[in-house]
Amino acid sequence: MAKSVQDKPKITEKLSELGDTVQGSQAWNSIFRPGSVFRKGYTDSPRNRSYVIMNSVLYHLHPVKVKRHAVKVSYTLCLGGLSFFLFILLTVTGIFLMFFYRPDSASAWNDIQSLHTSVTFGLLVRNMHRWGAHLMVLSVFLHMARVFYHGAYKPPREFNWVIGVILLTLTLLLSFTGYLLPWDQLALWAVTVGTNMMGYTPVFGNQVRFALLGGTEIGAETLLRWYVLHVLLLPFVIVIFMAIHFWRVRKDGGISGPL
Amino acid sequence: MTEIPEHLRKRAEEARKKAEAARGAGGDDAPAGEAAAGDAGDTDAESKIPAHLLERSRAAKERAAGGAVAAADAPAAPAAGGTAVATAPPPAATGPDGHTQRLLTVVKSGSIQDVRATPVDKVHTWPHLLVVEFVAALAVLGFTLIFAIFVNAPLLTLANFNQTPNPSKAPWYFLGLQELLTMFHPMVAGVTIPGMGIFALILAPYLDRNPSNKPEDRKFVISLMTVFMMFWAVLVIIGSFFRGPGFNFIFPWADGIFFDL
Repeated sequence: MAKSVQDKPKITEKLSELGDTVQGSQAWNSIFRPGSVFRKGYTDSPRNRSYVIMNSVLYHLHPVKVKRHAVKVSYTLCLGGLSFFLFILLTVTGIFLMFFYRPDSASAWNDIQSLHTSVTFGLLVRNMHRWGAHLMVLSVFLHMARVFYHGAYKPPREFNWVIGVILLTLTLLLSFTGYLLPWDQLALWAVTVGTNMMGYTPVFGNQVRFALLGGTEIGAETLLRWYVLHVLLLPFVIVIFMAIHFWRVRKDGGISGPL
Repeated sequence: MTEIPEHLRKRAEEARKKAEAARGAGGDDAPAGEAAAGDAGDTDAESKIPAHLLERSRAAKERAAGGAVAAADAPAAPAAGGTAVATAPPPAATGPDGHTQRLLTVVKSGSIQDVRATPVDKVHTWPHLLVVEFVAALAVLGFTLIFAIFVNAPLLTLANFNQTPNPSKAPWYFLGLQELLTMFHPMVAGVTIPGMGIFALILAPYLDRNPSNKPEDRKFVISLMTVFMMFWAVLVIIGSFFRGPGFNFIFPWADGIFFDL
């Protein structure tokens, strides 16, 4: 007993020594640039606060300083940032789901079924993907309302509003294409209703519908087509538009306001 | 862009306050003191001119006076002038009054620099903004996780082309459009109205010429948007909860809910 009590300070000493060695190593200092909070001897100073942003990848997203009112939760309600966060969450959970899913009308529904019953956390991750998707549609829509009510689409931010409307449309399309993938009765007939409406587009309505469905009616080709749209094409396009959107926020002088 | 660092701005504010307080406390004594200081300054300034320069200017004045006299009567005067020039030669590029600089132009600062009259009040992104974002992200992650633990995503029976469920509903965000289908031709409800809605949203910043972002100046636009969004919300809610078999109008508390997320 006595010995173990004596040993304790030694262990903590060794641990802190190890921490010093790791933090002092070349590898560590090559990963965390000067001013990083993970570097040895980080102190809270205006200079280091600037470096945390300026010397990290965060500088692609945030300036070193922001307007004081922009930090207030009551101004933005974090809706734009949360939409982006939900997109990341959906990407992570979606990649997990891709390991267990085949976009084939013979196996799609069975894959979801076995995801529920025989994959660890499969049901939980699928639930998170589904609810996260609905939440993202909601948060993007609310973000648009917030921006409108603050008059934040006014010069010089007109074009960023246009990109925002495109992002809203892409979000709806992402959600809608994902809706078909479980290949159950809900998916099939919801998409039937949706695509029937598209068929009424004037002049080239039938062509649009044919291209989207991969035929005149929903079938196996539709499933493959919407799968590729859902996991590859639309995310690719939306990431490009998001990059422009975030870049324009900074170029147009940060977020709008104060009112 | 003028951006005054926060600590400097605060220091300036404190100094200004202190000065104001001192002026208030000084009362009648202050002006007298200031006047005295002003006088002292003047004499100081005079004494600060180097002695040799004072000497030179005095000599020049005398010379001018002497020169005028000399021109009038004595031939010895130019020689005296010559020696004066030799002892103190003027700089090569002097102007008419012995100035060594000339003012070419005055450029107002606003024309070449972007000067803002009011400094922008800013805070560091780290930690002020990043902490807020982190907490918000964590809250949403927690909410999604807990909701996902307790509520399962729907998975109905395998898709069957021969069995149309009654009612068949689109995803909730399209139920407003499906609701419009009960009132209009499919082309109007499914293409024209949503297309015009998207188009109107895109054009909003170019149609709204009002430069103000204050809610009290934008009553019309704000009411228009609110009506627009309420219209959609009501259509979506009716389509989701008040439509039953055959897409007929029902009351959800009487006939049950025909709605899957």
